Amino acid sequence: MESKFPSKWLPYIVLLPTIVVCGMFLYYPVAQSFSWSLLRSAFMGLRTMYVGTQNYVRLFTSPAYLESLWVTLLFAGGIVGLGLSISLAIALLANRKVRFSRIYRIALIWPYALSPAVAGTIWLFLFNPTAGIVNYVLERTIGISPDWVTSQPLAVFLVITAAVWKNLGYNIVFFLAGLQNVPGQVLEAARIDGASSWRCFWRITLPLLSPTAFFLLIMNMIYAFFGTFGLIDVLTKGGPAGATNILIYNLYRDAFQHNKWGLAATQSVILFVMVVGLTLIQFRTTGKKVHYGG
Amino acid sequence: MADRKTARNWYYWRPKLSTASTHIALLLTALLIAAPIIFALIKSTQSTAQINTYPPQFSVGTAAAENYGVAWERYNLGRLMLNTLAVAGSVMVGKTILSLFAALAFVYFDFRFKGLIFIFVLITLMMPVPVRIVPLFKLISNLGWGDTMAALTVPFLASATGMFLFRQHFMSIPSSLVDAARVDGVGPMRFLWQILIPMSLNTIGALAVIEFVYLWNQYLWPLIIVSSNDNQMIQMAVKRLTTAGPEGIVHWGVSMAGVVITMLPPLIMFIILQEQFMRGFALTEEK
Repeated sequence: MESKFPSKWLPYIVLLPTIVVCGMFLYYPVAQSFSWSLLRSAFMGLRTMYVGTQNYVRLFTSPAYLESLWVTLLFAGGIVGLGLSISLAIALLANRKVRFSRIYRIALIWPYALSPAVAGTIWLFLFNPTAGIVNYVLERTIGISPDWVTSQPLAVFLVITAAVWKNLGYNIVFFLAGLQNVPGQVLEAARIDGASSWRCFWRITLPLLSPTAFFLLIMNMIYAFFGTFGLIDVLTKGGPAGATNILIYNLYRDAFQHNKWGLAATQSVILFVMVVGLTLIQFRTTGKKVHYGG
Repeated sequence: MADRKTARNWYYWRPKLSTASTHIALLLTALLIAAPIIFALIKSTQSTAQINTYPPQFSVGTAAAENYGVAWERYNLGRLMLNTLAVAGSVMVGKTILSLFAALAFVYFDFRFKGLIFIFVLITLMMPVPVRIVPLFKLISNLGWGDTMAALTVPFLASATGMFLFRQHFMSIPSSLVDAARVDGVGPMRFLWQILIPMSLNTIGALAVIEFVYLWNQYLWPLIIVSSNDNQMIQMAVKRLTTAGPEGIVHWGVSMAGVVITMLPPLIMFIILQEQFMRGFALTEEK
Protein backbone atom coordinates (compact mmCIF):
# COMPACT_ATOMS: atom_id res chain seq x y z
CA MET A 1 0.00 0.00 0.00
CA GLU A 2 2.86 2.37 0.66
CA SER A 3 5.25 3.48 -1.99
CA LYS A 4 8.76 2.09 -1.73
CA PHE A 5 12.08 2.70 -3.33
CA PRO A 6 13.31 -0.21 -5.42
CA SER A 7 16.68 -1.29 -4.12
CA LYS A 8 17.94 -4.65 -3.05
CA TRP A 9 21.04 -3.69 -1.15
CA LEU A 10 20.61 -0.12 0.08
CA PRO A 11 18.36 -0.95 3.08
CA TYR A 12 20.92 -3.46 4.33
CA ILE A 13 23.74 -0.95 3.97
CA VAL A 14 21.97 1.80 5.91
CA LEU A 15 20.93 -0.70 8.58
CA LEU A 16 24.38 -2.24 8.89
CA PRO A 17 25.84 0.18 11.47
CA THR A 18 22.78 -0.19 13.70
CA ILE A 19 22.90 -3.97 13.45
CA VAL A 20 26.63 -4.11 14.19
CA VAL A 21 26.40 -1.84 17.25
CA CYS A 22 23.33 -3.66 18.58
CA GLY A 23 24.92 -7.04 18.04
CA MET A 24 28.32 -6.23 19.45
CA PHE A 25 27.50 -3.96 22.38
CA LEU A 26 23.98 -5.04 23.32
CA TYR A 27 23.18 -8.63 22.32
CA TYR A 28 26.63 -10.07 22.81
CA PRO A 29 27.15 -8.75 26.38
CA VAL A 30 23.61 -9.76 27.37
CA ALA A 31 24.27 -13.28 26.06
CA GLN A 32 27.54 -13.30 27.95
CA SER A 33 25.72 -12.28 31.14
CA PHE A 34 23.75 -15.50 30.74
CA SER A 35 26.80 -17.71 30.22
CA TRP A 36 28.84 -16.00 32.90
CA SER A 37 26.03 -16.45 35.39
CA LEU A 38 27.03 -20.12 35.38
CA LEU A 39 30.61 -19.32 36.34
CA ARG A 40 32.32 -18.46 39.53
CA SER A 41 35.40 -16.30 39.74
CA ALA A 42 38.31 -16.98 42.05
CA PHE A 43 41.62 -15.28 42.79
CA MET A 44 40.32 -11.71 42.47
CA GLY A 45 38.49 -12.53 39.27
CA LEU A 46 41.55 -13.92 37.51
CA ARG A 47 40.28 -17.49 37.19
CA THR A 48 36.80 -18.86 36.62
CA MET A 49 35.13 -22.23 36.98
CA TYR A 50 31.81 -23.66 35.90
CA VAL A 51 29.35 -23.95 38.78
CA GLY A 52 26.00 -24.54 37.05
CA THR A 53 23.07 -22.85 38.72
CA GLN A 54 24.94 -22.42 41.97
CA ASN A 55 24.98 -18.61 41.67
CA TYR A 56 21.21 -18.52 41.33
CA VAL A 57 20.75 -20.77 44.33
CA ARG A 58 23.21 -18.71 46.29
CA LEU A 59 21.42 -15.44 45.53
CA PHE A 60 17.92 -16.66 46.22
CA THR A 61 18.96 -18.19 49.53
CA SER A 62 21.00 -15.16 50.59
CA PRO A 63 19.14 -12.99 53.12
CA ALA A 64 21.10 -9.95 51.94
CA TYR A 65 20.03 -10.42 48.31
CA LEU A 66 16.43 -11.11 49.23
CA GLU A 67 16.46 -7.99 51.36
CA SER A 68 17.85 -6.05 48.41
CA LEU A 69 15.03 -7.39 46.28
CA TRP A 70 12.50 -6.36 48.89
CA VAL A 71 14.10 -2.90 49.23
CA THR A 72 13.92 -2.46 45.45
CA LEU A 73 10.22 -3.34 45.35
CA LEU A 74 9.48 -1.00 48.25
CA PHE A 75 11.48 1.74 46.58
CA ALA A 76 9.77 1.21 43.21
CA GLY A 77 6.36 1.10 44.89
CA GLY A 78 7.07 4.37 46.66
CA ILE A 79 8.27 6.08 43.50
CA VAL A 80 5.31 4.83 41.46
CA GLY A 81 2.67 5.60 44.09
CA LEU A 82 3.92 9.02 45.14
CA GLY A 83 5.27 10.05 41.75
CA LEU A 84 2.20 9.17 39.70
CA SER A 85 -0.36 10.63 42.08
CA ILE A 86 1.48 13.92 42.59
CA SER A 87 2.28 14.37 38.91
CA LEU A 88 -1.29 13.52 37.87
CA ALA A 89 -2.63 16.17 40.26
CA ILE A 90 -0.18 18.72 38.87
CA ALA A 91 -0.98 17.76 35.27
CA LEU A 92 -4.72 18.22 35.89
CA LEU A 93 -3.97 21.65 37.27
CA ALA A 94 -1.68 22.55 34.37
CA ASN A 95 -4.24 21.33 31.86
CA ARG A 96 -6.71 24.09 32.79
CA LYS A 97 -7.06 26.72 30.13
CA VAL A 98 -5.55 29.85 31.63
CA ARG A 99 -3.21 32.53 30.34
CA PHE A 100 0.51 31.80 30.39
CA SER A 101 -0.20 28.06 30.52
CA ARG A 102 2.86 27.36 28.34
CA ILE A 103 5.13 29.18 30.78
CA TYR A 104 3.55 27.34 33.69
CA ARG A 105 4.21 24.04 31.96
CA ILE A 106 7.92 24.78 31.58
CA ALA A 107 8.01 25.85 35.23
CA LEU A 108 6.51 22.51 36.22
CA ILE A 109 8.48 20.05 34.09
CA TRP A 110 12.04 21.38 34.03
CA PRO A 111 13.39 19.02 36.76
CA TYR A 112 13.34 16.43 33.96
CA ALA A 113 16.70 17.87 32.89
CA LEU A 114 18.32 17.42 36.32
CA SER A 115 20.52 14.43 37.00
CA PRO A 116 19.77 11.95 39.78
CA ALA A 117 23.16 12.77 41.29
CA VAL A 118 22.27 16.46 41.43
CA ALA A 119 18.96 15.62 43.08
CA GLY A 120 20.85 13.49 45.61
CA THR A 121 23.37 16.25 46.32
CA ILE A 122 20.69 18.87 46.91
CA TRP A 123 18.70 16.48 49.11
CA LEU A 124 21.78 15.72 51.17
CA PHE A 125 22.10 19.42 51.85
CA LEU A 126 18.38 20.11 52.43
CA PHE A 127 18.23 17.32 54.99
CA ASN A 128 21.61 18.03 56.57
CA PRO A 129 21.04 18.20 60.34
CA THR A 130 23.14 21.33 60.88
CA ALA A 131 23.21 23.33 57.64
CA GLY A 132 19.99 22.15 56.00
CA ILE A 133 16.58 23.76 56.01
CA VAL A 134 14.33 20.78 56.71
CA ASN A 135 15.62 20.14 60.20
CA TYR A 136 15.44 23.83 61.01
CA VAL A 137 11.75 23.90 60.08
CA LEU A 138 11.05 20.64 61.92
CA GLU A 139 12.82 21.87 65.03
CA ARG A 140 10.93 25.15 65.07
CA THR A 141 7.54 23.57 64.46
CA ILE A 142 7.51 20.20 66.21
CA GLY A 143 10.81 20.22 68.02
CA ILE A 144 12.60 17.28 66.39
CA SER A 145 15.85 17.16 64.45
CA PRO A 146 16.35 13.67 63.02
CA ASP A 147 19.53 12.39 61.43
CA TRP A 148 18.14 11.31 58.09
CA VAL A 149 20.88 9.26 56.49
CA THR A 150 21.62 7.10 59.51
CA SER A 151 18.05 6.03 60.22
CA GLN A 152 16.75 3.22 58.02
CA PRO A 153 13.15 4.38 57.39
CA LEU A 154 14.23 8.01 57.07
CA ALA A 155 16.94 7.13 54.54
CA VAL A 156 14.35 5.26 52.47
CA PHE A 157 12.07 8.30 52.69
CA LEU A 158 14.98 10.48 51.57
CA VAL A 159 15.85 8.49 48.45
CA ILE A 160 12.20 8.05 47.44
CA THR A 161 11.35 11.75 47.74
CA ALA A 162 14.50 12.82 45.89
CA ALA A 163 13.77 10.32 43.11
CA VAL A 164 10.13 11.42 42.87
CA TRP A 165 11.02 15.11 42.73
CA LYS A 166 13.54 14.52 39.96
CA ASN A 167 11.08 12.50 37.87
CA LEU A 168 8.00 14.72 38.28
CA GLY A 169 8.66 16.57 35.03
CA TYR A 170 8.79 13.40 32.97
CA ASN A 171 5.51 12.15 34.41
CA ILE A 172 3.75 15.50 34.00
CA VAL A 173 4.74 15.69 30.32
CA PHE A 174 3.14 12.33 29.61
CA PHE A 175 0.03 13.00 31.69
CA LEU A 176 -0.46 16.32 29.86
CA ALA A 177 -0.11 14.50 26.54
CA GLY A 178 -2.61 11.90 27.74
CA LEU A 179 -5.05 14.57 28.89
CA GLN A 180 -5.18 15.94 25.35
CA ASN A 181 -6.87 12.69 24.37
CA VAL A 182 -9.73 13.27 26.80
CA PRO A 183 -12.49 14.71 24.62
CA GLY A 184 -13.77 18.02 25.95
CA GLN A 185 -17.31 17.40 24.67
CA VAL A 186 -17.73 14.29 26.77
CA LEU A 187 -16.72 16.15 29.92
CA GLU A 188 -19.00 19.04 29.00
CA ALA A 189 -21.93 16.71 28.38
CA ALA A 190 -21.35 15.04 31.74
CA ARG A 191 -21.22 18.44 33.40
CA ILE A 192 -24.52 19.50 31.79
CA ASP A 193 -26.07 16.28 33.06
CA GLY A 194 -25.07 17.39 36.53
CA ALA A 195 -22.00 15.27 37.22
CA SER A 196 -19.61 16.78 39.75
CA SER A 197 -15.97 17.42 38.86
CA TRP A 198 -14.97 14.68 41.25
CA ARG A 199 -17.25 12.20 39.48
CA CYS A 200 -16.10 13.36 36.04
CA PHE A 201 -12.52 12.72 37.06
CA TRP A 202 -13.12 9.19 38.36
CA ARG A 203 -15.59 8.11 35.69
CA ILE A 204 -14.24 9.80 32.55
CA THR A 205 -10.77 11.33 32.84
CA LEU A 206 -9.06 8.58 34.80
CA PRO A 207 -10.28 5.66 32.66
CA LEU A 208 -9.24 7.53 29.52
CA LEU A 209 -5.85 8.23 31.08
CA SER A 210 -5.25 4.63 32.09
CA PRO A 211 -3.00 3.76 29.10
CA THR A 212 -0.78 6.75 29.95
CA ALA A 213 -0.80 5.88 33.63
CA PHE A 214 0.13 2.31 32.84
CA PHE A 215 2.94 3.34 30.53
CA LEU A 216 4.25 5.65 33.26
CA LEU A 217 3.93 2.92 35.86
CA ILE A 218 6.32 0.74 33.87
CA MET A 219 8.68 3.60 33.04
CA ASN A 220 8.81 4.66 36.69
CA MET A 221 9.58 1.12 37.77
CA ILE A 222 12.44 0.94 35.29
CA TYR A 223 13.59 4.35 36.54
CA ALA A 224 13.46 3.07 40.13
CA PHE A 225 15.41 -0.05 39.16
CA PHE A 226 18.18 1.59 37.15
CA GLY A 227 17.87 5.36 36.84
CA THR A 228 18.34 6.08 40.52
CA PHE A 229 21.82 4.61 40.87
CA GLY A 230 23.57 7.99 41.01
CA LEU A 231 21.09 9.32 43.51
CA ILE A 232 21.68 6.44 45.88
CA ASP A 233 25.44 6.56 45.42
CA VAL A 234 25.45 10.22 46.45
CA LEU A 235 22.83 10.05 49.21
CA THR A 236 23.23 6.79 51.12
CA LYS A 237 25.58 4.40 49.28
CA GLY A 238 23.01 1.69 49.90
CA GLY A 239 22.99 2.21 53.63
CA PRO A 240 22.31 2.40 56.46
CA ALA A 241 22.71 -1.35 56.90
CA GLY A 242 21.37 -2.11 53.43
CA ALA A 243 18.14 -0.11 53.83
CA THR A 244 18.57 1.55 50.40
CA ASN A 245 20.70 -1.16 48.81
CA ILE A 246 18.62 -1.66 45.66
CA LEU A 247 19.46 -4.48 43.23
CA ILE A 248 21.55 -2.37 40.86
CA TYR A 249 23.62 -1.01 43.74
CA ASN A 250 24.16 -4.51 45.07
CA LEU A 251 25.22 -5.64 41.59
CA TYR A 252 27.65 -2.74 41.23
CA ARG A 253 29.30 -3.56 44.53
CA ASP A 254 29.59 -7.27 43.84
CA ALA A 255 31.03 -6.65 40.39
CA PHE A 256 33.31 -3.68 40.84
CA GLN A 257 34.19 -3.64 44.52
CA HIS A 258 34.30 -7.36 45.31
CA ASN A 259 35.25 -8.68 41.82
CA LYS A 260 32.57 -11.36 41.95
CA TRP A 261 31.99 -11.40 38.19
CA GLY A 262 29.93 -14.56 38.02
CA LEU A 263 27.65 -13.53 40.85
CA ALA A 264 27.26 -10.06 39.32
CA ALA A 265 26.43 -11.53 35.90
CA THR A 266 23.75 -13.63 37.60
CA GLN A 267 22.26 -10.48 39.08
CA SER A 268 22.30 -8.91 35.62
CA VAL A 269 20.33 -11.85 34.28
CA ILE A 270 17.77 -11.50 37.08
CA LEU A 271 17.38 -7.80 36.31
CA PHE A 272 17.08 -8.59 32.60
CA VAL A 273 14.28 -11.06 33.26
CA MET A 274 12.48 -8.38 35.30
CA VAL A 275 12.85 -5.78 32.52
CA VAL A 276 11.61 -8.25 29.90
CA GLY A 277 8.62 -9.05 32.09
CA LEU A 278 7.74 -5.39 32.59
CA THR A 279 8.18 -4.58 28.91
CA LEU A 280 6.04 -7.49 27.78
CA ILE A 281 3.27 -6.49 30.18
CA GLN A 282 3.45 -2.97 28.83
CA PHE A 283 3.37 -4.04 25.17
CA ARG A 284 0.42 -6.32 25.72
CA THR A 285 -1.71 -3.95 27.75
CA THR A 286 -1.09 -0.77 25.77
CA GLY A 287 -1.89 -2.78 22.67
CA LYS A 288 -5.20 -3.75 24.20
CA LYS A 289 -6.07 -0.18 25.19
CA VAL A 290 -6.71 -0.36 28.90
CA HIS A 291 -9.48 2.24 28.96
CA TYR A 292 -11.97 0.14 26.99
CA GLY A 293 -11.91 -2.47 29.72
CA GLY A 294 -13.56 -0.49 32.52
CA MET B 1 -34.76 41.43 43.59
CA ALA B 2 -31.91 41.22 46.04
CA ASP B 3 -31.62 37.50 45.32
CA ARG B 4 -31.36 38.00 41.60
CA LYS B 5 -28.70 40.60 42.05
CA THR B 6 -26.47 38.42 44.22
CA ALA B 7 -27.04 35.55 41.83
CA ARG B 8 -25.86 37.64 38.90
CA ASN B 9 -22.85 38.68 40.90
CA TRP B 10 -22.03 35.10 41.68
CA TYR B 11 -22.19 34.03 38.05
CA TYR B 12 -20.06 37.01 37.15
CA TRP B 13 -17.46 36.36 39.82
CA ARG B 14 -17.30 32.60 39.85
CA PRO B 15 -15.19 32.09 36.67
CA LYS B 16 -12.88 34.92 37.65
CA LEU B 17 -12.39 33.43 41.09
CA SER B 18 -11.75 30.03 39.62
CA THR B 19 -9.18 31.44 37.18
CA ALA B 20 -7.46 33.34 39.97
CA SER B 21 -7.29 30.26 42.17
CA THR B 22 -5.87 28.25 39.26
CA HIS B 23 -3.14 30.85 38.81
CA ILE B 24 -2.36 30.84 42.51
CA ALA B 25 -2.26 27.04 42.65
CA LEU B 26 0.00 26.86 39.58
CA LEU B 27 2.35 29.49 40.95
CA LEU B 28 2.58 27.77 44.31
CA THR B 29 3.21 24.37 42.72
CA ALA B 30 5.90 25.78 40.45
CA LEU B 31 7.48 27.47 43.46
CA LEU B 32 7.38 24.28 45.49
CA ILE B 33 9.01 22.29 42.68
CA ALA B 34 11.70 24.94 42.28
CA ALA B 35 12.24 25.39 46.05
CA PRO B 36 15.20 22.96 46.39
CA ILE B 37 17.01 24.67 43.51
CA ILE B 38 16.23 28.16 44.82
CA PHE B 39 17.65 27.08 48.16
CA ALA B 40 20.76 25.69 46.42
CA LEU B 41 21.15 28.94 44.46
CA ILE B 42 20.96 31.10 47.59
CA LYS B 43 23.35 28.90 49.55
CA SER B 44 25.82 28.82 46.67
CA THR B 45 26.48 32.50 47.36
CA GLN B 46 27.05 32.17 51.11
CA SER B 47 30.29 31.64 52.98
CA THR B 48 30.69 28.76 55.43
CA ALA B 49 30.05 31.12 58.33
CA GLN B 50 26.85 32.43 56.71
CA ILE B 51 25.63 28.89 55.99
CA ASN B 52 26.23 27.73 59.54
CA THR B 53 24.44 30.62 61.28
CA TYR B 54 21.33 29.76 63.23
CA PRO B 55 18.60 30.53 62.24
CA PRO B 56 19.52 29.97 58.57
CA GLN B 57 19.82 33.02 56.35
CA PHE B 58 17.77 33.22 53.17
CA SER B 59 19.45 36.22 51.66
CA VAL B 60 22.15 36.29 49.01
CA GLY B 61 25.53 35.90 50.66
CA THR B 62 28.86 37.52 50.00
CA ALA B 63 30.94 34.56 48.82
CA ALA B 64 29.40 33.91 45.39
CA ALA B 65 32.52 34.62 43.32
CA GLU B 66 34.70 32.66 45.70
CA ASN B 67 32.40 29.60 45.85
CA TYR B 68 31.93 29.37 42.11
CA GLY B 69 35.64 29.89 41.53
CA VAL B 70 36.64 27.20 44.02
CA ALA B 71 34.06 24.74 42.66
CA TRP B 72 35.26 25.35 39.11
CA GLU B 73 38.92 24.81 40.01
CA ARG B 74 38.71 22.08 42.62
CA TYR B 75 36.41 19.76 40.70
CA ASN B 76 37.98 20.34 37.29
CA LEU B 77 34.54 21.40 36.01
CA GLY B 78 35.73 23.09 32.81
CA ARG B 79 37.58 20.04 31.60
CA LEU B 80 34.87 17.57 32.63
CA MET B 81 32.10 19.65 31.05
CA LEU B 82 34.07 19.83 27.79
CA ASN B 83 34.58 16.04 27.86
CA THR B 84 30.88 15.48 28.46
CA LEU B 85 29.93 17.97 25.76
CA ALA B 86 32.21 16.16 23.28
CA VAL B 87 30.76 12.76 24.17
CA ALA B 88 27.17 13.99 24.14
CA GLY B 89 27.70 15.83 20.85
CA SER B 90 29.24 12.84 19.07
CA VAL B 91 26.63 10.40 20.33
CA MET B 92 23.79 12.75 19.43
CA VAL B 93 25.04 13.24 15.87
CA GLY B 94 25.88 9.56 15.39
CA LYS B 95 22.67 8.32 16.90
CA THR B 96 20.54 10.72 14.89
CA ILE B 97 22.17 9.63 11.63
CA LEU B 98 21.94 5.90 12.41
CA SER B 99 18.33 6.26 13.56
CA LEU B 100 17.38 8.22 10.42
CA PHE B 101 19.03 5.55 8.26
CA ALA B 102 17.28 2.73 10.05
CA ALA B 103 13.90 4.44 9.89
CA LEU B 104 14.45 5.17 6.18
CA ALA B 105 15.05 1.48 5.53
CA PHE B 106 12.04 0.34 7.54
CA VAL B 107 9.55 2.81 6.08
CA TYR B 108 10.63 3.32 2.47
CA PHE B 109 11.97 -0.09 1.45
CA ASP B 110 10.80 -3.66 1.17
CA PHE B 111 13.49 -6.22 1.81
CA ARG B 112 13.97 -9.71 3.14
CA PHE B 113 14.05 -10.18 6.93
CA LYS B 114 12.60 -6.69 7.41
CA GLY B 115 10.28 -7.75 10.22
CA LEU B 116 13.00 -9.79 11.84
CA ILE B 117 15.54 -6.96 11.79
CA PHE B 118 12.92 -4.55 13.13
CA ILE B 119 12.25 -6.84 16.09
CA PHE B 120 16.01 -7.28 16.54
CA VAL B 121 16.44 -3.53 16.98
CA LEU B 122 13.28 -3.10 19.07
CA ILE B 123 14.30 -5.78 21.58
CA THR B 124 17.37 -3.72 22.52
CA LEU B 125 14.94 -1.48 24.43
CA MET B 126 15.09 -4.15 27.12
CA MET B 127 18.88 -4.03 27.39
CA PRO B 128 19.88 -1.06 29.53
CA VAL B 129 23.54 -0.92 30.58
CA PRO B 130 23.02 -2.66 33.98
CA VAL B 131 21.82 -5.94 32.43
CA ARG B 132 25.05 -6.28 30.46
CA ILE B 133 27.46 -4.25 32.55
CA VAL B 134 30.02 -6.89 33.51
CA PRO B 135 30.58 -8.38 30.02
CA LEU B 136 30.43 -4.91 28.46
CA PHE B 137 33.10 -3.70 30.85
CA LYS B 138 35.32 -6.67 29.94
CA LEU B 139 34.64 -6.23 26.21
CA ILE B 140 35.58 -2.56 26.28
CA SER B 141 38.71 -3.32 28.28
CA ASN B 142 39.71 -6.09 25.86
CA LEU B 143 39.24 -3.72 22.95
CA GLY B 144 41.69 -1.41 24.71
CA TRP B 145 39.03 1.31 24.94
CA GLY B 146 39.07 1.68 28.71
CA ASP B 147 39.45 5.34 29.68
CA THR B 148 38.87 6.56 26.12
CA MET B 149 36.11 8.48 24.44
CA ALA B 150 35.29 5.43 22.32
CA ALA B 151 34.09 3.59 25.43
CA LEU B 152 31.64 6.37 26.14
CA THR B 153 30.36 6.86 22.61
CA VAL B 154 30.45 3.78 20.35
CA PRO B 155 28.28 1.42 22.47
CA PHE B 156 25.57 4.11 22.58
CA LEU B 157 25.32 4.91 18.86
CA ALA B 158 22.45 2.58 18.00
CA SER B 159 19.08 3.40 19.42
CA ALA B 160 15.72 1.69 19.28
CA THR B 161 14.13 4.84 20.70
CA GLY B 162 15.51 7.05 17.91
CA MET B 163 14.67 4.55 15.19
CA PHE B 164 11.15 4.22 16.55
CA LEU B 165 10.58 7.98 16.86
CA PHE B 166 11.69 8.62 13.25
CA ARG B 167 9.76 5.62 11.95
CA GLN B 168 6.53 6.87 13.55
CA HIS B 169 7.14 10.30 12.10
CA PHE B 170 7.97 9.05 8.58
CA MET B 171 4.84 6.90 8.59
CA SER B 172 2.76 10.03 9.14
CA ILE B 173 4.22 11.69 6.03
CA PRO B 174 1.96 11.17 2.94
CA SER B 175 3.32 8.51 0.63
CA SER B 176 2.53 10.67 -2.39
CA LEU B 177 5.78 12.46 -1.55
CA VAL B 178 7.79 9.32 -2.30
CA ASP B 179 5.92 8.81 -5.55
CA ALA B 180 6.62 12.38 -6.59
CA ALA B 181 10.27 11.97 -5.65
CA ARG B 182 10.55 8.76 -7.65
CA VAL B 183 8.87 10.30 -10.71
CA ASP B 184 11.38 13.14 -10.53
CA GLY B 185 14.21 10.64 -10.30
CA VAL B 186 15.18 11.58 -6.73
CA GLY B 187 17.09 8.73 -5.10
CA PRO B 188 16.50 7.59 -1.51
CA MET B 189 19.52 9.36 -0.05
CA ARG B 190 18.62 12.67 -1.62
CA PHE B 191 15.02 12.10 -0.53
CA LEU B 192 16.24 11.63 3.03
CA TRP B 193 18.52 14.63 2.96
CA GLN B 194 16.37 17.14 1.11
CA ILE B 195 12.83 16.13 2.04
CA LEU B 196 12.67 13.90 5.11
CA ILE B 197 15.21 15.68 7.31
CA PRO B 198 13.73 19.16 6.82
CA MET B 199 10.33 17.67 7.67
CA SER B 200 11.68 15.94 10.80
CA LEU B 201 13.17 18.88 12.67
CA ASN B 202 10.72 18.53 15.56
CA THR B 203 11.59 14.86 16.00
CA ILE B 204 15.30 15.60 15.71
CA GLY B 205 14.89 18.29 18.37
CA ALA B 206 13.02 15.91 20.66
CA LEU B 207 15.66 13.21 20.27
CA ALA B 208 18.40 15.79 20.87
CA VAL B 209 16.87 16.78 24.23
CA ILE B 210 16.31 13.20 25.35
CA GLU B 211 19.82 12.14 24.38
CA PHE B 212 21.58 15.21 25.71
CA VAL B 213 19.87 14.92 29.08
CA TYR B 214 20.55 11.17 29.18
CA LEU B 215 24.23 11.49 28.26
CA TRP B 216 24.95 14.50 30.45
CA ASN B 217 23.41 12.71 33.41
CA GLN B 218 25.02 9.31 32.83
CA TYR B 219 26.60 8.08 36.03
CA LEU B 220 27.20 4.35 36.40
CA TRP B 221 29.02 3.70 33.12
CA PRO B 222 31.61 6.52 33.43
CA LEU B 223 32.05 5.58 37.09
CA ILE B 224 33.40 2.16 36.16
CA ILE B 225 34.93 2.63 32.71
CA VAL B 226 36.84 5.92 33.07
CA SER B 227 39.85 5.83 35.34
CA SER B 228 41.66 9.16 34.90
CA ASN B 229 40.18 12.36 36.21
CA ASP B 230 41.03 14.28 33.04
CA ASN B 231 38.91 11.97 30.88
CA GLN B 232 36.00 11.85 33.29
CA MET B 233 32.35 12.76 32.73
CA ILE B 234 30.65 15.57 34.61
CA GLN B 235 28.49 13.47 36.96
CA MET B 236 31.66 12.15 38.60
CA ALA B 237 32.37 15.73 39.65
CA VAL B 238 28.89 15.85 41.18
CA LYS B 239 29.73 12.63 43.04
CA ARG B 240 32.77 14.32 44.58
CA LEU B 241 30.92 17.52 45.54
CA THR B 242 29.67 16.00 48.78
CA THR B 243 32.91 14.41 49.87
CA ALA B 244 34.94 16.44 52.33
CA GLY B 245 37.22 19.08 50.86
CA PRO B 246 40.77 19.89 51.98
CA GLU B 247 39.36 21.54 55.12
CA GLY B 248 38.13 18.10 56.21
CA ILE B 249 34.49 19.12 56.00
CA VAL B 250 31.96 19.54 53.19
CA HIS B 251 31.86 23.17 52.11
CA TRP B 252 28.19 23.39 51.17
CA GLY B 253 28.49 26.76 49.48
CA VAL B 254 31.06 25.33 47.08
CA SER B 255 29.02 22.12 46.62
CA MET B 256 25.89 24.05 45.70
CA ALA B 257 27.89 26.26 43.33
CA GLY B 258 29.10 23.05 41.67
CA VAL B 259 25.53 21.74 41.46
CA VAL B 260 24.35 24.96 39.82
CA ILE B 261 27.15 24.95 37.24
CA THR B 262 26.78 21.29 36.28
CA MET B 263 22.99 21.34 35.96
CA LEU B 264 22.88 24.32 33.61
CA PRO B 265 23.77 22.80 30.20
CA PRO B 266 20.98 20.18 30.09
CA LEU B 267 18.56 22.69 31.57
CA ILE B 268 19.35 25.25 28.87
CA MET B 269 19.06 22.59 26.19
CA PHE B 270 15.71 21.52 27.61
CA ILE B 271 14.29 25.03 27.81
CA ILE B 272 15.36 25.87 24.25
CA LEU B 273 13.86 22.68 22.81
CA GLN B 274 10.97 22.06 25.23
CA GLU B 275 8.33 22.64 22.55
CA GLN B 276 9.93 19.97 20.32
CA PHE B 277 10.31 17.70 23.31
CA MET B 278 6.63 17.94 24.23
CA ARG B 279 5.44 17.46 20.66
CA GLY B 280 7.92 15.01 19.24
CA PHE B 281 8.36 12.79 22.26
CA ALA B 282 5.35 12.56 24.53
CA LEU B 283 2.78 12.85 21.78
CA THR B 284 4.19 10.13 19.55
CA GLU B 285 5.73 7.73 22.03
CA GLU B 286 2.40 6.47 23.23
CA LYS B 287 -0.46 5.08 21.13
